[in-house]
This record gives sequence, C-alpha cells and structure tokens, in this order.
Amino acid sequence: MTADSREVRPAAAQKQDPPASGGARGAVPGWLRRAAGISELWTFVILVVLVLFFTIAAPGKFFTQYDLTQIAVNAAIYLVLGVGMTFVIITAGIDLSIGSVLVLAAVAAGEYNIHHGGPDAGWGTVAICVVIALAVGAGWGVLQGAVVATGKVPPLIVTLGGLGAALGIAELATGGQDPAGAAATHLQNSLGFGKVLGIPWLVVLAAVVTAVFGLVLGATRFGTHTLAIGSHPTAVRRAGIGVGRHLVKVYGLMGLLAGLGAVMWLASYGTTSIAGHSTDNLKVITAVVLGGTSLFGGRGSVLGTVIGVFIPAVLTTGLIVIGVQQYWQDVAVGVVLVAAVYVDQMRRKTREQA
Amino acid sequence: MASAREPLLAAHGVVKRFGHVQALQGADFTAYAGEVVALIGDNGAGKSTLVNVLSGVLAPDEGEVRVEGQAVRFGGPMDAQRHGLETVYQDLSLAPDLDAAANLYLGREVVRAGLLGRLGVLDRPAMRREAVKAFGELGVELKDVTAPVTTLSGGQRQSVAVARAVAFANKVIFMDEPTAALGVVQRARVLETVRRVADRGICVVLISHNMPEVLSVSDRVEVLRLGRRVASFTAADTTIEELVGAMTGSLDEPAQQNGSLRKAEDER
Repeated sequence: MTADSREVRPAAAQKQDPPASGGARGAVPGWLRRAAGISELWTFVILVVLVLFFTIAAPGKFFTQYDLTQIAVNAAIYLVLGVGMTFVIITAGIDLSIGSVLVLAAVAAGEYNIHHGGPDAGWGTVAICVVIALAVGAGWGVLQGAVVATGKVPPLIVTLGGLGAALGIAELATGGQDPAGAAATHLQNSLGFGKVLGIPWLVVLAAVVTAVFGLVLGATRFGTHTLAIGSHPTAVRRAGIGVGRHLVKVYGLMGLLAGLGAVMWLASYGTTSIAGHSTDNLKVITAVVLGGTSLFGGRGSVLGTVIGVFIPAVLTTGLIVIGVQQYWQDVAVGVVLVAAVYVDQMRRKTREQA
Repeated sequence: MASAREPLLAAHGVVKRFGHVQALQGADFTAYAGEVVALIGDNGAGKSTLVNVLSGVLAPDEGEVRVEGQAVRFGGPMDAQRHGLETVYQDLSLAPDLDAAANLYLGREVVRAGLLGRLGVLDRPAMRREAVKAFGELGVELKDVTAPVTTLSGGQRQSVAVARAVAFANKVIFMDEPTAALGVVQRARVLETVRRVADRGICVVLISHNMPEVLSVSDRVEVLRLGRRVASFTAADTTIEELVGAMTGSLDEPAQQNGSLRKAEDER
C-alpha cells in the first residue's frame, strides 16, 4: 500500500494530460529570464564591452582569427579546470590543490612515457598515459572528497594539504626537475597542435567537456543534488540523499578534470612544468567566481564559468595588442573580482528581504 | 479508516535515554487517520524526542511503535517515509536556491524515460506540472514554481514544505511548530492547510506551544509531561486552563479521567 501510492505519483506525473500544462507554460517567460541568469548576463556584458573596446582601440589587430585561436587555446585548460571547480564551489567547497594534482598526474603519465619509448612512444603508450593521468587525478580527488565528506576538516584545509602533498610527491618522483621526453610526439601532434575544421583539438575537447558538464549541472539529478547540497546540506540529508557520497563524487570529478588538464598540458607544451602551476587554483577560482558562482554555495553555472575564464584571457591578449603592459591585467581582474563578489552579496541580501 | 478505532500510529511505553537523562519514560501516543492531533508539553517534556522516535530519527531504547497495528522498527527517517510518514521540520528543510518544484521532489526527482532517465536527466516539465497541481490541491497559489524558494514569502515557503510532505505522505505528517515564524494571515492560511490535509484522511501530528491555535485546529490533544503521556483531550471539550493544568501537573487527577479516547490503548 505504502509503496504503491508512493510510486503512483511520479507515474501520474508523466501521464499528465495536456490541459494541466497550461500553468507550466505560463511560467516559461520567468524560466527564460532566469535561464539568461542575471549574474551571467552582467559578466557577459563585461566580456562584450572588453572585446568591443579592444576591437575599436586596435582596429584590424584584435579579434583576428589568430588572436581568437590563441585566446581559446590558452583558455582551454583553465576552462576544463573551471568546470570542475564550478561543481566544487557550488557545494560551498573549494579546491586549492588543482595545480598540484595536474602536475602530479602529468608527472605520473610522463614517467610512464619516458620508460616506454619517450618522445617516439607509440599510440598504445599514449593511451595508457592518458588513462594514468585521469586515474591519478580522479584518485586524488576522491581521496580529498572522502576527507571533506567526513565533515571534520574544512575543504580549504583538506585541499591546501593536498596542494602541498601532491606537489611534494611529484617532486620526489622527479627530483624536482621536469623530465625530458614526458610527452610522446604522437600526443603533441594530435591533441596538442592538431586541428579539426580549423579549430584546435584542445579547444574542441574543452568545449565538449564544458557542454557535457553544463548539462549535467543544469539538467540532471546529479546537478540538482550538487546545487541542493550547497544550498542546505541538512535538508538534503533529510531527503535521503547521501551527502558524503555526493561530495566524494564532486571532488573526484574535479580531480578527473585536473588529470585531463594534465593530458592537455603535456600535449600542448610537451613538459610537466612542475613549477608552473602554483597559481592555477587562484586563476580558476577567480574565473568561476567572476562567472557568478557563489562562494557560499547553492548557486552557479558552467556558462558563467566560461565567461569568467574568457575575461582574463581577453584582457591579456587585448592589453598586449594595444601596447599596454599586460601586468595591468592582474590589477583589472583583481578589481573586477572583488566587485563581482560585492554585487553578489548585495543581490543576495535584497533578494532575501523580498 | 476501515475500523474507526484502530490507531493509524501508536506508541506504547517508549523509553529513550540520553546518557543519564531519561527523555521518555514509557511514553504512549495514539493517532487516528484523518485527525489533527496536537502534541503539547512544557519544555523538556519530551515532545521532540517522541516525534523523533515516531518519525524514525531516533530508535527507542524500549517500547514499540505501531503503524496500522503492525509493530515497526524504523532504521532511519527514510524508513519512516517508506511507511508513508513525513515530517515538516521547523526550519522547513528546503534548499533556498532551488525552485519550489525542485524542492518538492528533492531526493525523489522524476527522470525522463529511457536512456536519458538512466543518465539522470530530469523531467522538469512533469515535476513542474505536478508541483502546480500539488500546490493547487492545498489551495496555495505560487505565482511561479520556477522561482528560487528564497524569493518566496515565509508563508509560501511553509506551504512548499507542507506540500512536499503531503505529496508523499499517505499516512502521517509531523509538523514541528509550523506557525512559529509566521504572521497572522499566513498563520491562518497554514492552519487552514493543516485542516485540509487531515480532511484527505491523513493524520497530522502538530507540535505547538500556542494553546489557542492548538484548540482551534486540532481534534485531539495529547499532553506530555516528564517523558510520559499524562492526558488526552478532545479539543472541543476542553479549555486552555485544562491543557495548561495537564502540562504543568496541577490538574493531574481530573485529567486522568478525561477523555473516553484513552480506552483505545487501555485494552493492552
């Protein structure tokens, strides 16, 4: 009896006859308004203004196909990391370790490659290297997620510890020097420099990852639970959802994408760059927050993160093109970041008073 | 409702200890289908503990809980939910950033048919349609079921929490101080909703400190004191003075005699 009536409802929901959908259809404009998402809209306006400004300030120089390609390639890895970070931050968490995890995954894959053919390694080795990088990243993420899920150590500290530990292990394995022959030529020539229809594979890969996980966040049960956990974890627990298990998955996803970032880095630059990823975490967190994802959890979107990744990228290229020292980019992004969080807080307050 | 006097939910001799504190010392509780039963008692009388035992949050140390005459041992709140028992928490337990429909289905999302469903893709239109229907049945008008819950008024939020419980409970709904944070108009509306839910044959267990409210909305009142049920009143035949007397213990003897309803569990 109990079981019956509980299952009848969802079934009835699917068989609902058309007339009842009138109410839902009436609500569509509101849904569209929200789909545009005011927070994303504002950041998008900033991005458009920047692009317009540089296009006008340096006619014929900015917004060329070369620039766009360069911007997209530079942004591709940050975009992949940013997608994972969006999920983490939406749960009201943070992951500071991503740069180190990327390095660790790259070193693990690189070491295997060195001992299995080096630069001339075959496709089989390349495939194994990719799997190693993804597995190391995901494994590290799951480990951190499991500690976060206990609720005993805040994510900031868990991943700060992870940042040090992962980098330390990578340095132990390599003696702190980037090993030669970490990436196979096959990998570099395909994913690294290859293009499809004139679009670099790196960009295509980043776009696919972004689209897939944008849909996961916006349209699936996994995404809804991610948003709900950041919104009110106790309510989610009472609703019978395994909050701890979900957090493990979210941090695991972040690690997996850091592993993918490692593959993209090896393909693109051919080296592990052990010392080159110490500020990846801050760059990525900045992009996610610029994109309107709330550091307090519960709200955010992958689309916003895309915009947030491109603002610094456009600034860097734009400033070079118009002949201003590119270091102004750091100043500008810093100011915009603080302003973005300020506006987010104000909006949250007015909304809650309504 | 088959046999009118068969309790829908009953507890007998429930004991619950927290360390040296004995929160419940052999508490009894009885609730019938289609009625609003208020559970009252002074602070520390054991109301929350009893409700937590009844709703599966706590396991009793001694005593038993029966649903429709069957002894049950809940392994957790989810277990109680599977038996058709839902709880409206005092903090409402809603995710403020999600919309009303998503909150209604939190943890029981409706997915699409086929492969998409297996991938966890939600059937939002279906959930929204059902949400509009569920709110409509409670006489609640939400302008927009797709607005985040945090943008709703206190009364509307309350309605969402109640609607969620109603949508999935087919036996009992526990409500912990449902009107504590509400204004006068919203309070009246929630109480109206409580009545309407009971009229659908569901039992509503109301925990409240507000005596006029208890008398106006409930059919029966069960009084806890020092971890035991000390009285059970028919709301229509009692007064605030009697309730307060039973709660504080000054009217112990008359209260024991009141209430023909006690006979139901006296058979044991």
